Amino acid sequence: MKILSEVGRYLVLMKQVFRKPEKQSIYRKQLWLEMDNLGLDSLGIVAIISIFMGAVVTIQMAFNVDSPLIPLYTIGFATRKSVILEFSPTIVSLILAGKVGSRIASEIGTMRVTEQIDALEIMGINPAAFLILPKIIASIIIYPFLILVSMFLAISGGWLAGSLTGLVATNDYVYGLQYQFKMFDITYALIKTVVFAFLTASVSGYYGYYTSGGALEVGRSSTKAVVNSSIMIILFNLILTQLLLA
Amino acid sequence: MIEAINVSKSFNNHEVLKNISVKFEKGKTNLIIGQSGSGKTVLMKCLVGLFPIDKGSINFDGRSFSTISYEEKKKVRQEIGMLFQGGALFDSMNVEENVVFPLSMFTEMSNNEKIERANFCLKRVNLENVNKLFPSELSGGMKKRVAIARAISANPKYLFCDEPNSGLDPATSIVIDNLISEITQEYQITTVINTHDMNSVIEIGDKIAFIYKGNLWWEGDKNSILHTDNKEINDFVYATELTRRLKGK
Repeated sequence: MKILSEVGRYLVLMKQVFRKPEKQSIYRKQLWLEMDNLGLDSLGIVAIISIFMGAVVTIQMAFNVDSPLIPLYTIGFATRKSVILEFSPTIVSLILAGKVGSRIASEIGTMRVTEQIDALEIMGINPAAFLILPKIIASIIIYPFLILVSMFLAISGGWLAGSLTGLVATNDYVYGLQYQFKMFDITYALIKTVVFAFLTASVSGYYGYYTSGGALEVGRSSTKAVVNSSIMIILFNLILTQLLLA
Repeated sequence: MIEAINVSKSFNNHEVLKNISVKFEKGKTNLIIGQSGSGKTVLMKCLVGLFPIDKGSINFDGRSFSTISYEEKKKVRQEIGMLFQGGALFDSMNVEENVVFPLSMFTEMSNNEKIERANFCLKRVNLENVNKLFPSELSGGMKKRVAIARAISANPKYLFCDEPNSGLDPATSIVIDNLISEITQEYQITTVINTHDMNSVIEIGDKIAFIYKGNLWWEGDKNSILHTDNKEINDFVYATELTRRLKGK
């Protein structure tokens, strides 16, 4: 029953979030600000994780593909598949759920407990839309960019690790990357990314918005936001994979 | 004028406000006073629509605030300024951006006009050269004054202040009280202040509503409150040794 009640409250909040903005120019300004806060600020961590994960995936592939019957370009091919289909869209989104989700929930939660949300409401502003909508749209715009950067860096990291350790020659790796390449893989990854971006921003916004109490509750909301955003990402990953690839 | 008619509000079957009817007049500082837990904050939150009321109605100059639609309510709220207990300044904005914010949201003023208005409001609350400071860089009294500047920047018809003196020293409290009182008379605003500070009551209480256990127990002004026979009022007014000594004199 509690889950149903939470889902209901989330849907009511989303209805409030998608009401017509009071003044579009202010919302646009907020959108740019959020794209900077949520997206560009995350570029560093996405880059570091992607390069190292790509490298690890390539090295593991190389050690598993030790039969002379399996061509070496399989390493590049498998790295590409893992990175594009799963690692970049899902794992990076899970990491972003931790970073971006906690930021959204704690920011909005702090505004709630310090009466800043009440102040917005009394001014005649729809606080749910003003605070959450720019974050959702910013995430939807900036996440795909981050994921494309992540794909590029992970594959580059794999190439670096493969060539520096001598496990796979550049020619074989590049051939593997190009082998049976399907553009739909990228499309599939970006569709998942957009859904995960929406879930992270909206679920975290929900937990921040309904924070009540003080500093302790802000921390709790932040934790709940990260845990539940991650669960939703994993659940929707399964649903979308079944829908788009099956 | 703001009018509450037979307003009741309960939380989890506990009735916090019991059939309260009270009028707050234009151009006067109307005080809601009472002990902690008496229901005065709930009454204020009901007046501004942060809590929906269970029974009764709330009218702003004849407009029924409790029954109108969400969009109409937003329009009435654009005529309201509110000073929160902690100031509720937006942390991510500097002083100038905080004061300008309601103007950016609801007016078509140019940037220069908005900054001019912000400077005027800040000067009115005796704050200058703080435009680029952030709330975290301000003292408690300065935060309250910036919050007042923000509350009056869009020329509100109604001003609500929730415990404007909490956390301030007596001298700063009087400055804030007098500032609110001056602004109220100067712009003919309907001001409602929620307080339990007796200094405020004596300084600026043009009209006083005393709330006791969720009931409107007594109404009067700063002169009559000192001469009433009402036991609960006297217990409240003369709760401290200082006020008891002053009464003795």
